Formats: sequence, C-alpha cells, structure tokens
Amino acid sequence: MSEKKIERREFLFTASYAVGAVGVGAVVWPLVDQMNPDASVKALASTEVDVSTLEPGKAITVLWRGKPVFIKRRTTEEIAEARSVKMEDLKDPQKDEDRVKDPEWLVMVGVCTHLGCVPLNDKGDYNGWFCPCHGSHYDTSGRIRKGPAPTNMEVPKYEFVNSNTIKIG
Amino acid sequence: MSDHEYVPKSKFGKWFNDRLPLLSLASHLTDYPTPKNLNYWWTFGGILTFCLITQIVTGLTLAMHYIAHADLAFESVEHIMRDVNYGWLIRYIHANGASMFFLAVYIHIFRSLFYGSYKSPREIIWIIGIMIYLLMMAAAFMGYVLPWGQMSFWGATVITNLFSAIPLVGVGIVEWLWGGYSVDNPTLTRFFTLHYLIPFLILGLVVLHIWALHVPGNNNPIGIDVKKPSKDTVPFHPYIVIKDAFALLMFMIVFAFFVFYSPNILGHADNYIEANPMVTPAHIVPEWYLLPFYAILRSVPDKLMGVVAMLSAILILAALPWLDTSKIRSAVFRPLYKQFYWILVVDVLILGYVGAMPAEGLYLLVARVATAYYFIHFLIILPILGFKEKTIPLPLTITEPVLGGFPDPIAVKKNESLN
Repeated sequence: MSEKKIERREFLFTASYAVGAVGVGAVVWPLVDQMNPDASVKALASTEVDVSTLEPGKAITVLWRGKPVFIKRRTTEEIAEARSVKMEDLKDPQKDEDRVKDPEWLVMVGVCTHLGCVPLNDKGDYNGWFCPCHGSHYDTSGRIRKGPAPTNMEVPKYEFVNSNTIKIG
Repeated sequence: MSDHEYVPKSKFGKWFNDRLPLLSLASHLTDYPTPKNLNYWWTFGGILTFCLITQIVTGLTLAMHYIAHADLAFESVEHIMRDVNYGWLIRYIHANGASMFFLAVYIHIFRSLFYGSYKSPREIIWIIGIMIYLLMMAAAFMGYVLPWGQMSFWGATVITNLFSAIPLVGVGIVEWLWGGYSVDNPTLTRFFTLHYLIPFLILGLVVLHIWALHVPGNNNPIGIDVKKPSKDTVPFHPYIVIKDAFALLMFMIVFAFFVFYSPNILGHADNYIEANPMVTPAHIVPEWYLLPFYAILRSVPDKLMGVVAMLSAILILAALPWLDTSKIRSAVFRPLYKQFYWILVVDVLILGYVGAMPAEGLYLLVARVATAYYFIHFLIILPILGFKEKTIPLPLTITEPVLGGFPDPIAVKKNESLN
C-alpha cells in the first residue's frame, strides 16, 4: 500500500515538472524569437538594379538586405584568369562556371566571410578583392585565395529580368 | 567578519535593527578588520566602485537625451555634445570613464596575480571578478556601438560575426543577434537595452564579490593568513577609508586630465563619421582595453580556432586558482614566479601593441609568439612552478617583518625551527 503511494507521488512530481517545463518553454520561446529578423526586415528581401551604364572592368555596389552586393562586369582577361585556376589551389574549391549565370556578370554579396567587412575592389594579390580588416585576398571570381576567411564570397539568389536589369533576392 | 553582536544605542535604532539589521551591516563594514600592511595596489577595489557609480550616473543622464535609432543616434550624440547643458562634459566623462574603468580593473587583476589573491580560500571572489570583467567587456563593446559612427558599426559587425565561426548554427545565431541580415536598427535598439541592463548586473555581482571577500577577509602583500581581529589588523574605518579616499583623489586627477585635456585621445577619429554599411574603414581597431585579445584572435590563421583562442585567453583566468599549484600566495616569497609574472605583464603589453598594428609581417610573427607564451604561462609554467620552485620562508605574522626588518634571517630561522 505504502509502496503504491510513493509511485503515485513520483508520477505526480514527474508529470508536474514536465508540464512546468513545457510552460517555461512556451514563455521563453516568444522572448527569444522576438529577436529574430522581423516581418518588415524580411519584406525587403529583393532589389532590382539597372546595370545598363556599367562598362566592362567596372563594378558597382548596391545595398541588399542592409548588405553591400558587388555587381562586376568582367573583362575577358578577368574571366580567363578566373577559369584557369586549378581546383587544388583553392581553399574553398568552386568552379567559376558555378558562381556566375553569365560569365560577364559576377554578382556576389560584398561581405568578407571572415568577420563581415567590405572588401576593396581591384586590390590584393589576385586582382580581385582585398579585405582591409584582417587581410583576406579574393580572386576575380570572388573566391578566397589567401588570408583568414574560410569561404568564397557568397553568391546571392539573382536573375536577369531583362538585358539591363538584375533582380537580387 | 566581526563576530561580536552589535547593539544600537538608541531605542529607535534597536527597534529598527531588530526588524531590518541594516545598522548591524553598517557596523560590520566600519569595524571590518583589515590587514594593516595593505599597500596602494589594494585601493583599486574602492576606485572601481567609484568608476561603476560614475558610469551609471553619467549613463542615466545621457540616456535622457540619446535616441536609439539608426537614423537619429549619430545626430543625437552630436546634439548632446553641442546643445545639451553640460552634455559634452557628461559624455566625455562617460566615454573616458570606460577607459578609466578598464585601467583600474587591469591594475586590480594584476595585483591579484602578483599577490596570489585568487588562491584558496578566495577562488569564488576571483571567479565572480572574472564574470564582472566579462560583463564589463560586453557593456563597453555595446556602449561603443551606440554613437553609430563608422567604428561603432564596423566594430559591431566584426565582433558579432565572431559567432558565425560556430559550426552549423553560427549564421542563425548571428542573424538572431542582429535581428536582420546585417547590423542595423534592430541591432542598435537591443544593444542600447543591454547596455542599460549590464551595469546593474555588474552592481549585483559587485555585492557578491564584496560579500565573498568579507568571509575570509582581505589577502595582503605577505599573503599569509591573518588572525582577525588582532594586532595584525586595523578597522576598515577610518584607516582604509582614508587611504582609499586619497588614492581615489589621485586617480581622479588622471581621470580629469583625460576628460578636460585630451577627451578624444583614446577614441578613433573614424567614429565621428556616421555609420555607412557600404564602406569599411581602412583599419578597424577596437578600443585599447580589448587589444591584447584582438591580437590573439588575429594571430590564429583559422577563423574558428582564432575565436576559440581569444575566448580561451579570458576563460583560462577562471581556472587560475587550480592551474597555479603553489601553496604560497605572494610573489614576494616566490623568486621564480616573480620573474615569470613580469614576463607575463610584458607579454600582455606586447599583445596590446601588436593588436593595434596591421596583422602582417613582423607584427604577425610577434603576435604569434606572444600568444603562444600567454598560454604557456598559464598551462605549463604555473602548474610546474608550484612543484619546482624553492620559495622563501614565510613570516608568522605581519608584524614580524615590520618590527624585525625584512628579510630577517633570525626571525626566518626561528620560524624554521618552529615549523
């Protein structure tokens, strides 16, 4: 009889703790989740850019989701340079063909994958970009070649709306 | 603790004290027996309390004029500087106060390292101190973001991106911290909230820090246990109060020099340019008090390992009471530790210097050697030293070396025969 009572009591304790834990979780989650990107931030997800005035060899920087995006119209030499690199020389191996939709147009998030600075165009040892913060060098395809950054600069989702306009996001 | 029971003299005092023993607490704090040989390195606890109160009072008044919004923050700071009555003074005290706070805390920490104040039975005091130090760094970092200048913005970007080094969940954590896809208005408002909260958390920990201190009582330059109260101790009031007050005055002269004669020397000119997410300043440097850790971060060529090394450099301090195997507290009686102590001081200063320089060439090499030595000091030298070092015999009381001269070979011999 007494043994049965203890079992019953233990069950009640465990059940109470379990219900309590669910309750605490239900209260904590909204308090944590309120810090995630909100609806108004997510709504600004795409940007259209007119690139008709861009000369070969030049790049522009546009703001997308609060981050700079590089749009570079590459010269044939730059394309050739990007495509002649051997995969084993790359820290984050990726073919140039996989990073562009049209070889002439390189579109990527202009944020260093090390700690988020904006790399400088036409600088560094590989004729691409150079991050002044901690010295990462990127090539003409935006791939990391030297320095502390772990990966290539990110290519966002984008499409050519028409021959003059790129839609990012 | 003064163990004698305190009884208020007045009838009302007794009535009140029986219901809330505040008067007993005041009596404990006044009579608190303190080793009589405390030197000026022991005055920084009081100085730090002053720094915390200064930051809270100036911070509260600044918050009456500051606007935490990405479009208005930079202008509101300029408004404080130009329009608000004495706004320039309050802001310069607050901005330089952060540096003074860190100056005092580094002296306080290195005093503990020299005199072994972190050792048994004071480990909890030490660990609470490390927690306060971590919170101070968080508060200082977030406070530096609030003016929304270029260094604010890019400093915030670099530091929050440290979390992206965590495998799998890193990017999710960073976007959660930002409240978006980059440092922006949601980041600013939450940083302001936390910057407002943290000083009060620190205040709470300071109470625990002092509470834990009052259980075993103060360490002292000789590092021996002191009987309390005895001829080796003096009451806190008026002896230590007056000494602390004098040291505080000296400290305030240094503080005032920065505020009135070179209020911007510890800042960066780039922070007088409004935040621009399209342009990174050519050379991002954190505030001087974070430079040694920044040097450690940059000296490791791998992103994740760099972050791990930087955090370990701070957290290793929490394990110090167990890494230092020597039973002798004060470096005065540890001839070898004393030398390694000063090498560590120089090592940290070198790290601070290379942290402010570009991470390339000779600077990078020096940073790597200094980083390696920092960890070698705590993980290899200290544990071994406790077993190998031949220490100088300790005096029995504080009074002994004072009256008998120091070091007194006769007294030392007597001790040895007593032991």
